[in-house]
This record gives sequence, structure tokens and C-alpha cells, in this order.
Amino acid sequence: MKIGFYPGCSLTGSSREYNESVVALAKALDIELVEIKDWNCCGATAAHVMNEELSLSLPARIMAMAEEQGLTEVVVPCAACYNRLKVTQHELEDENKRTRVIEILKQPYKGDLKIINVLQMLEAYGAENIKTRVTHPFAHKVACYYGCLLVRPHSILKFDRVEDPQSMDILIKGIGGTTLDWAFKTECCGAGFSVSRTDLVAKLSGNILKDAADRSAEAVIVACPLCQSNLDMRRGAINKTLENPIDIPVIYITQAIGLALGIGAKELGLKRHFVTVEL
Amino acid sequence: MEHKNKISDLQSHTGVEVMRCYQCGKCTAGCVLASDMNYPPSYLMRLLQTGTRQNMDKVLASNSIWLCLNCENCLGRCPMEIDIPKMMDYLRTQAISQNKLHPDSKPIIAFHRSFLDSVRNTGRLYEIGLVLSYKFRTFNFLQDLAIAPSMYLKGKLHLLPEMIKDRRSMKRIFAQTIENAKTLNK
Repeated sequence: MKIGFYPGCSLTGSSREYNESVVALAKALDIELVEIKDWNCCGATAAHVMNEELSLSLPARIMAMAEEQGLTEVVVPCAACYNRLKVTQHELEDENKRTRVIEILKQPYKGDLKIINVLQMLEAYGAENIKTRVTHPFAHKVACYYGCLLVRPHSILKFDRVEDPQSMDILIKGIGGTTLDWAFKTECCGAGFSVSRTDLVAKLSGNILKDAADRSAEAVIVACPLCQSNLDMRRGAINKTLENPIDIPVIYITQAIGLALGIGAKELGLKRHFVTVEL
Repeated sequence: MEHKNKISDLQSHTGVEVMRCYQCGKCTAGCVLASDMNYPPSYLMRLLQTGTRQNMDKVLASNSIWLCLNCENCLGRCPMEIDIPKMMDYLRTQAISQNKLHPDSKPIIAFHRSFLDSVRNTGRLYEIGLVLSYKFRTFNFLQDLAIAPSMYLKGKLHLLPEMIKDRRSMKRIFAQTIENAKTLNK
């Protein structure tokens, strides 16, 4: 199985462990990831807040590069990049916008690339292999946290339920874990405000962690580098806002499954977290 | 009737018809930052519905449009499927071009500008460059000094930027979009 791969900037920097675990897990599941050549940043929140055409042109270049390389399907592990690519594809169905963006890029863009997130990749190409290859059942009670960008807007992403998504819960149950019913599955962690308004991130992420802790979660499972870094790297700022500090680790779905398949903690990047992971 | 034109401008740019809102308040109930905003989303919709220039100015000069995280919860729960996040993007660019900026917008715009500078120059996000440029924009030199060394030790920071090969394409994209818009607005 061969599939295109867009890592995005976070996965090469502050969320290296997400990249490491995606790559290690794909290898274990016989999925070959083909990285898009000379890929650029998707523009994230900054581009669409500041300029619409820029916010469409940056993701369009990424997809144009993938098309040029002959890829038909691309997995995008970062929920923010996944969202930007899908939304751009949708917006560029408008002929005027597409013509304008192609004029800016000076590069052909068809718009027929299939963009999937990491949960969809695991569901489509890994589910059977995961079941048969579990050597270390993941016997933990966890809260699956989807955040915003993976599920909204539903009319464009058409992925899972908006209020109570299940895909990550199903994967966790498949490796022997127990998932909690909890209230903050798709609440916002503060995302792009990590640096500019750390106070608001601490408040929002604190609410999320508090609910998970109140329901005795042993870990929070995520599929987005922004969620992970806000809940993990910002834990110091979060704990300052709480009466009782919370020490629950926040790990990626790819790390949880990797552990169940017997992949080493170091190879999965579990040593790079701020909150110590002992699972 | 300049104010009516502003509402129809909003509609022609975003497809959002503010008059479809019937004030059920679900957006405000679901908005995680409603309590930090000058006007929560449903109140902001009502201000726009009045169509007066004064109320449009209130909206543009409010912190609401800057605190909106585009988490899309409002859109997900709106029975009329009104695309408030898309409207927020439009209102923010209007507030910038008319220079009606709430003080809360400053660190947020500074962050976005620093982020985009990095993408323009290298094709990707260079985190150290982003943070340094943000510090110079906001004079907030002490922020995050505590976590930077741990980030480096955990291998989460590149000392040097990762550059894409075709950086000329980035220059071209920026020149024809955001930099072009700046000249138009001046």
C-alpha cells in the first residue's frame, strides 16, 4: 500500500514525535508513505485570518505539487493542515477562484486529490492489520479528544459525527482500551493562540483536562499537533489556573496504537513530551 | 445608504445573509470565548442586522472578531447554517483595512504577521524565527523563555530554518495576494 504524505511544519518541529509515530506505525502496517516533494506551509490560521487569496494559494500549491508527482491520495496527520487542504479544495470548486489561484501559482491544479486524515488512513488501510498484530493490549481508560479542525465544518470535511465522533474511540477499543464518555470531545483548546494569548489557551485547555481528570482518564488521546502541544507543552500555564494540578499525559493515537503493536517508546517519540508518559 | 452597502458587501464576499439569523443563541451558548468578548456571536449578528453604520463600526472595533478562534462550533450548531467563522475572516480584514483595531487584536495580528513572514521567506514555519519576530513586534521579550530550552532539549526546535527549494514561488504568491491587497488598500 502506497500513499502520499504531507507532514506539515509542526511535524518537522515542535511535534516531531507525531511524525515519528506516524512513520513508525505506517511501516509496521506495511503502508508506504510518499512525501510530497518541496512542500510548503499550508498557511494555517494566520493566512485565512489575514488574506483569503493567500489562504487558498498556499494549500493549492501543496496539492498541485502532489498532483504533479502523480499522487492520487494524501494523508495529512495534522488536523489543521488537513482542514486547510480540504476547505481549499472545496473553495476552489468555484471556477473564478480556481482560475485566479492557478494564475497566481503558474502551475496546473486539478483539485481531484483525495485528502484524508490519520484516523481515516488507519481505518482504511490498517484496521485489519492492527487487530491481528496487537502484542501489548492497551489496557487503559482514556479520553479521546478530537478538537475542532478534524470534524468541523462537517458540510466540507464529511468526517465522523460533529458532536460525538467515534472513529478514534473505535481504534482505541480495537487495541484493548476503554474510552470515556465525556463532555469536551470537540471543544476548542485555543489552538492558534498558544503564543499570542497563552492565558486563554490555559483557560480552555484547563477545562478540557479537568473534565478528563474528573472522569479518571489515564491519558488523553489526540490526532492534532495543536491540541497536543496546548495540552502538553502548556501544562505549566494550565496548572497555574487550576486548584489541583493535573498530570495526565496527552499522546497521539499513533503512539497509542504503536505501543499496542510493541513499537518502542523512544521510536514513537514518547520521550519528547513535557508531561511524562508512563503507560 | 452606505451602511446597507456594507451589509451587502459582506454578503457578496462571504455569502452570509445576516437577516437569516433568528437569535436562537446557540452560537453564543457554544462559543468557548463568548464570555471574553465585547459582543458574543449572536449579539454581533443582531448588531449587523440593524444595518446601521454605527453598529458596523462597533463590530469592527470590538475584540469579538479577534478572539474568534474559528473553531466552527457556532456554524456546527446553527439551525440556519450561517457561516459566522467565514464572516469573521471578512470582518477582520475590514477592520485592518479601515484601521479600526481593538487593542486585543495587537498580539494576535503580530503573531499572524510573524508567522506569515516565516512562510514567505522560507516556505515553511521556522519556529525560532517566528517567536523572535513576534517578540520584536510586541516587546514581550520574557515570554516563553522558560520552555524554550526544554523544547530544544526534547528535539522540538530547529536552530536553522528548513527552506523549500522553490522559494520564488512563495515570493510570487505573497506578492500577488497579501502584499497586493496592502497596496490596494493604501
